Amino acid sequence: MNKKRPVNLDIGTMHLPITAYVSILHRISGVVLFAIVALFLWMLDSSLSSEEDFNSLKECMTSLIPQIIIWLSLAALAYHLVAGLRHMVMDFGFGETLKGGQLGAKIVLILSALLIILAGVWIWV
Amino acid sequence: MGVITNITSFSRNGLSDWLLQRVTAVIITVYICFVTFYFLAQPNLDYDQWRNLNGLFSMKVLNVLTVVSIAIHSWIGLWGVLTDYVTVRLLGPKATFLRVLFQIGMITITLIYLIWALDIVWGI
Repeated sequence: MNKKRPVNLDIGTMHLPITAYVSILHRISGVVLFAIVALFLWMLDSSLSSEEDFNSLKECMTSLIPQIIIWLSLAALAYHLVAGLRHMVMDFGFGETLKGGQLGAKIVLILSALLIILAGVWIWV
Repeated sequence: MGVITNITSFSRNGLSDWLLQRVTAVIITVYICFVTFYFLAQPNLDYDQWRNLNGLFSMKVLNVLTVVSIAIHSWIGLWGVLTDYVTVRLLGPKATFLRVLFQIGMITITLIYLIWALDIVWGI
């Protein structure tokens, strides 16, 4: 193959549409969640192994750094879930046009932002 | 290259992976909704309540369904990400070896998660 053939799609120089950001955030949050599974499993393990571990986990959740980590984890989870729901709505044939895709992307951002704020309210208020 | 990308996919079949990704997503969503509402309804949850809940046979079934779903869902999702970005076009000739290496690593971690999770939720 001719190695000097022109490459037109240099994504780095392109202005991405909102649908692209929603899509790449879905992927990033998914990869992040794969790591967070280890944290959630560790928490589930200690919460079920003994009363002492359960209580020390509960105690741990009263300090700021663990609270921030849980909030960020819930943020990734909330975003990934809402963006995934959009995929299934589109699988059923809704929001598949250009306008519909852009509207769906906006709804995903607004709805997930709302859930992320609610998660913060749950943790801190 | 087609062979290499296909032998590490979860079900070796795109349509089957597509459906499994959605079925597992629904199961994980059911678990998240249930646990969220349970925690909201029990703000002063103690150890005995939490352990009794997870000791119920119906909860064990939901727990096992969820952890198996997470394993399948992350396998399919990470396979999609790796086959899109760790490619010869983006990273050069070493990409195929690197991608298979990452895929084997991802699958190994997924299986470790699964075994660990089953050990936690089934022994109660």
